[in-house]
Amino acid sequence: MVMKKFLMGNEAIAHGALDAGVTFVSGYPGTPSTEVLECVAREKSADVYVEWSVNEKSALEIAAGASYSGARVMVTMKQVGLNVASDPLMSLEYIGIKGGMVIVVADDPGPISSQTEQDTRRFSQFSKVPLLDPATPEEAYEMTRDTFDISEKYRTPVIIRPTTRVSHSCADVTLRPAAAPQKGSGFVKGKEWVIFPRTSYLNHVRIAKRDVELAHEFSSYRYNTEEGEGRRAIATGGVPYLYTREALALLGQEQCKVFRVATPYPFPEAAALKFLESVDEVLIAEELDDTIEHYLIYLIGKYRLNVSVRGRADGFMPSAGELSTEIIKQKAAEFLEIKADTHEAAAPEELPVRPPVLCAGCPHRASFFAVKEAMKGRKAIFSGDIGCYTLGNAAPLDAVDTCLCMGAGITIAQGIHTIQPDSVNFAFIGDSTFFHTGIAGVVNAVYNDHDIVIVVLDNSTTAMTGHQPHPGTGRTVTGEVSEKISVYNVLSAIGVKCIKRADPLDLEAAKKAVIQAADFHGVSAVLFESPCAALFKSEKRCVVNDKCVGCRACINKLGCPAISFENSRAVIDVTLCSGCTLCTQVCPCGAIETEEA
Amino acid sequence: MNIVLSGVGGQGIVLASKLIAKAAMNAGKRVRTAETIGMAQRGGCVVSHVRIGDSYSPIVPLGEADTLIGFEPFEAARALAYLKEGGTVVVSSRAIMPVTASLGMQTLDAEKALEFLRHNARVVVVDAQKAQELYGAKTLNMALLGAAARDNALPVGIQEIECAIRESVKPQFVKMNIKALHHKFIETKNYK
Repeated sequence: MVMKKFLMGNEAIAHGALDAGVTFVSGYPGTPSTEVLECVAREKSADVYVEWSVNEKSALEIAAGASYSGARVMVTMKQVGLNVASDPLMSLEYIGIKGGMVIVVADDPGPISSQTEQDTRRFSQFSKVPLLDPATPEEAYEMTRDTFDISEKYRTPVIIRPTTRVSHSCADVTLRPAAAPQKGSGFVKGKEWVIFPRTSYLNHVRIAKRDVELAHEFSSYRYNTEEGEGRRAIATGGVPYLYTREALALLGQEQCKVFRVATPYPFPEAAALKFLESVDEVLIAEELDDTIEHYLIYLIGKYRLNVSVRGRADGFMPSAGELSTEIIKQKAAEFLEIKADTHEAAAPEELPVRPPVLCAGCPHRASFFAVKEAMKGRKAIFSGDIGCYTLGNAAPLDAVDTCLCMGAGITIAQGIHTIQPDSVNFAFIGDSTFFHTGIAGVVNAVYNDHDIVIVVLDNSTTAMTGHQPHPGTGRTVTGEVSEKISVYNVLSAIGVKCIKRADPLDLEAAKKAVIQAADFHGVSAVLFESPCAALFKSEKRCVVNDKCVGCRACINKLGCPAISFENSRAVIDVTLCSGCTLCTQVCPCGAIETEEA
Repeated sequence: MNIVLSGVGGQGIVLASKLIAKAAMNAGKRVRTAETIGMAQRGGCVVSHVRIGDSYSPIVPLGEADTLIGFEPFEAARALAYLKEGGTVVVSSRAIMPVTASLGMQTLDAEKALEFLRHNARVVVVDAQKAQELYGAKTLNMALLGAAARDNALPVGIQEIECAIRESVKPQFVKMNIKALHHKFIETKNYK
């Protein structure tokens, strides 16, 4: 039955996979990809298995096993997650798959909530894994269904790459009749599943031949389009295609020729050549890397065409950040040599700077504050990690000196301490990140006897991406009870000899735990255990009484967003306060007390 | 028709845009929306885009919004560039001060932001903060939707929004949300 549903791009991908008969879905949360797997978990039938894996590498390998056994599988992650999964990805392309495999990798131009502006289209070229680029939720649904067929036809994993504006935009999506779930008939033993240098050579030959065939098939793929007319044209792909259409409409230039690349790898060479032979000048509108531009310039050279290209190479288009309708409108007007009416808006005088901050009542604030207080007068370096607690770098906490990638806090602390042994080296890591890629770093620290203090900020959830369960929560993505893996026991089993547990909201006890761990020679750990304030509602609220003298100690020490000042007195916003009581413990005048909410 | 909603993470902006989209869809219209989700949400600026009818991009181009719903004055001022000539701003009068201001790193005057809006557009300033006292912390968005619908600044009427609330909001919160939607808070209208 055909039906319409209002879906977010990520939900459209989930529905596309379910309707294509997927029966196995794994992934690790990461903005902007997270809602794909959550939607599968919500909408799936009993035939479909779904899990949050411990990290992206595990997610991809588990799905490979299920695909070897004939099931249709999907793996979800954000772009930097693919770095973690790159080892199995590179080899899997050589081995190939049996049941269709779709890897959802969400890119984040801007970046809006990521470490890098890396381009998964490049990863696809590097790993030789074909990639499709949707621009809208409707296309995300259709392309996801297509990718399973392409995957099985060519025995290869296929990447579908939404960007943030596809993942997090919503539209009416037409859902087509669903295919039967494909569970597969089981694993059949054979030499092809074992990677060896000799077979890899043969597979390399096979993939090169496949690329030519698939590029040819892609040249007539319905989302690789050429519209309009004229010798000046725009080449684009993904969301910038929408900005281009919108910009041309605003300029009254709808007839301008537009070539849209929906399959950046393998590149639809025949379609691109036909396009290039019909134009004199091309403007390239693409986000992240310049992969379309590079390929078109390569074709212009290969076929000795007389076409000029305006894009990144000549500095005409921006080399970083998101594109927009406005940028493309301005650049297209210049390129087409027409006048563009610019929208002139009045600019306000002064606006607040709003860097993201830890929530009111966040236990991480208490943990950072306790460590900073305990280390007053001592030389200490704070290595942070990826999660809400990266926000501990903001004033006044200023407690994150380094942050690189998932799990790197524990290892970077070891390197700094080796070169600079006179400092106390802290490594902060959240519970989900600890299981993701933190544990190997602890093993390294114990094995090589690095004198660091690991601080596990255990809030019983993966908070930043919207509260997903993880191995330490004792729950799976579908809400079932599972073995709860204890961070304490893991640390202890690895051989960490000094492990202190504390409630970070009890400031004195927290400080004591930090001092004991810092004074220990060798690897030590503090386990700060307090649930995420956004998940567990307290019965208490903090209120300011008439003893407040306006000394601002509370805000200057804690930077809590619930505290502001009116008429030189502290005011606590009841809609934000979660009653963590940290401010009552730092107020020198006893001017903040708690009451029942 | 294009609507932009702007404010600070946690103010209920995503739900408000969903309700407009849902009500417009129930009326048989095509809808596209775009949201801010993730790290940027926590105390940061949040902008939602709702486009009714045929459109390409999910993002409203600058100068193309018919209505701007500001969940606080500074963020309304920041997003004013989206508004088209002759468009309407519906804005809550109470500012949300960022931690940087409380720490004394920046001094800010919300009245200046409202003055800026009044000087440059047709503005309805709503004492929507009152909704939080009367109906609960999470009802500011309903007060603003109600004011916008009464001002004919939305593609749907207040009854359609009410239906969308009944379909989309958890049963225990429906009553207070609908009360806040229909309550007429003190408004000052300024016709530029």
